[in-house]
Amino acid sequence: MLQIKNVYKSYGSHVAVHDISFQIKAGEIFGLLGPNGAGKSSLLRMITGITHPDRGEILFNQEYFDLLKHSAYIGYMPEERGLYKKMKVRDQAIYLAQLKGLSMLEARNAIQFWFEKLDMMTWANKKVEDLSKGMSQKLQFVTTVAHNPKLLILDEPFSGLDPVNSEVIKQEIFNLASNGTSIIFSTHRMEQVEEICNEIALINKGKMILNGNVQDIKQNFKQNLFSLKLENALQGFEANIRSQDAKHYILQFETVQQEKELLDACLKQHNRILEYREILPSLHEIFIREIEGNAITQF
Amino acid sequence: MNKTWTIIKREYTSRVFKKSFIITTLVIPIIIFAFTILMGYIASRSKENQTIIVDDNSNYFHHQIESKSKSYKFIYSKPHANESNQDFLKRLDADILMRIFPFKNGKADSVHLFKEGGISALANEYIEEQLNDLYQQEQMNAAGLSNTTLDSIYDASINVRSFDLENNQETSSEIAMMIGYVMGVLIYIIILIYGTGVMRGVMEEKTNRIAEVIVSSVKPFQLMIGKIIGIGLVGLTQLGLWFVIMFVLQMIALPFLGAASISTLQDPNVTAMSNSLTQDGGKISHFLSLLASQNWFLIIGMFIFYFLGGYFLYASMFAAVGSLVNEDPQEAQQLSFPITMPIILAFVIMSSSMQNPHSGISVFGSLFPLTSPIVMMSRLPYQVPTWQLILSMALLVIGFLAMAWLSGKIYRTGILMYGKKPNWKDLIKAMRQS
Repeated sequence: MLQIKNVYKSYGSHVAVHDISFQIKAGEIFGLLGPNGAGKSSLLRMITGITHPDRGEILFNQEYFDLLKHSAYIGYMPEERGLYKKMKVRDQAIYLAQLKGLSMLEARNAIQFWFEKLDMMTWANKKVEDLSKGMSQKLQFVTTVAHNPKLLILDEPFSGLDPVNSEVIKQEIFNLASNGTSIIFSTHRMEQVEEICNEIALINKGKMILNGNVQDIKQNFKQNLFSLKLENALQGFEANIRSQDAKHYILQFETVQQEKELLDACLKQHNRILEYREILPSLHEIFIREIEGNAITQF
Repeated sequence: MNKTWTIIKREYTSRVFKKSFIITTLVIPIIIFAFTILMGYIASRSKENQTIIVDDNSNYFHHQIESKSKSYKFIYSKPHANESNQDFLKRLDADILMRIFPFKNGKADSVHLFKEGGISALANEYIEEQLNDLYQQEQMNAAGLSNTTLDSIYDASINVRSFDLENNQETSSEIAMMIGYVMGVLIYIIILIYGTGVMRGVMEEKTNRIAEVIVSSVKPFQLMIGKIIGIGLVGLTQLGLWFVIMFVLQMIALPFLGAASISTLQDPNVTAMSNSLTQDGGKISHFLSLLASQNWFLIIGMFIFYFLGGYFLYASMFAAVGSLVNEDPQEAQQLSFPITMPIILAFVIMSSSMQNPHSGISVFGSLFPLTSPIVMMSRLPYQVPTWQLILSMALLVIGFLAMAWLSGKIYRTGILMYGKKPNWKDLIKAMRQS
């Protein structure tokens, strides 16, 4: 669907995007992560055709990206939301859909469909400046998806939304993905990424730090930590205990043999195991560790 | 192209249906019109008849002062003993009391006028003129000049008319100056008002951050050109509506206004004041025929061309500046200063070319694209050589294309550049980058 190959972009002496490559398949929800100033927006602007890479290729369905040809296939919701304040909600949505190449009639129907679906009919004739932040956020989402794009680029789509509306938008994102729309989801909020994305790319200072499937990445970054809750106190194995809260232990094993020995001992002592699970690192931890080089362990 | 059209449509409708546009479009011609009506009304009011009592203590004028105007009536009378000026006026139901003092050694002394609330400058001037005419005539008669000789002296006058060398057509420098000035000023105002309108529109899109959404759908150049054309059409609409409204108002009010202005012109009281329109009544119709003999087809055609050319040239510069500015309007003022400079320069050249339309600076000003829309309009009624006109038009088109290309580059980078206060170095960098 979308292939980014060795894309490089600099502004003067500042390298914004340094030889980044990844690809996104149809129907995939792809998380683009990175701290502020990592080069996410620069990358997204190149994907949307607003700017062009100095080097490298961006291929859209195996074709070189061309704004005039491909803009209708792309829906872009930038982090800084932008709408004409004085325009009426419906007119605004129709106008932006027309700029994506829809005819007046098609745009009108598409907007009607989305307004009804997202329960926005009551304020269709209000001016944008009279909307609350959450409402204009929803409007922005509609203007991004109304022309039925093949690739949806959402930069922090949930900021400013209440939990109810966040859930509504999240469901719409899943629906679109299951209908074959690829989605690039850029955010700082790791818990949302874990919940929504299949694949991620983590970039920092213009360089790719991590790229791959969310579960694979978690496996790669695990530290062999286990959480163990017992009925009685653990006898011995002090070397494996990383932290302890009464009879709740965080354990780390060097080998599978060590793990087996500890569990065997518990069973022999008739010490009931109330809980035993592997602790996989959250993306948040991986993010922080990779960016700052500090390992933080918590449960 | 289709999308540019969509942008033009939005820029146009979002402005034309705005309350402020409707109000200014309707109110300005009504104000101008109301002002004209008021002038007519004042002019018609001022010819109210006034009766003047002449209390001649010099016995020099021998009841000879008589009014040539319907507005003034002279009556001769003497006050009763111990009668106050007020009572004297009241008794004869008159407005002005003129007291002529006895002459000293055969020479006229002053004449005093009395009126409740003071005398208007117009009446004062009229009376003074009547007295002086009589006095001078008496003096000249005393010096031995007969009335017949005097009449022939008064009638001696030479009429100067000017013709164009090429087609032998009569020209009028006053009319040419007037047309040129009006056209030049109109273009000057339009460029400033709608040019800054484009700048504000671009700033709005940038600060609203909607620019980023739109340039992911259309090329930045399309957005810029769409905005410029849309706002230009708003300008044309406003001008057109003003002309139509003024015309309709004139038609509605012609009976009243026409009567008032014609009687104003016929009133010798007014004619006495301004000598330019006097002497023979044919002068006005001569003036009108000269006005009609102007090549209006050329003037209006060129007006539209220079209006569009000048507007597009400056609007694309204003758009580039708007794209560089962040929210601070002071930045906009600083950055747009170098653009307003040539507009003001053009205005200065225009004023000097009113005096000498074929001087070097006027010719340069009417060829140089940044000043030609204003300067050429003011030169046009003075028979500009065809080659200059064609060169000027060609340069304006080239200038606009070059400026649109350059501004498009700045605009493309500027519109996505946030946070930093822009300076001229950034501007040059922006041009290089894209």
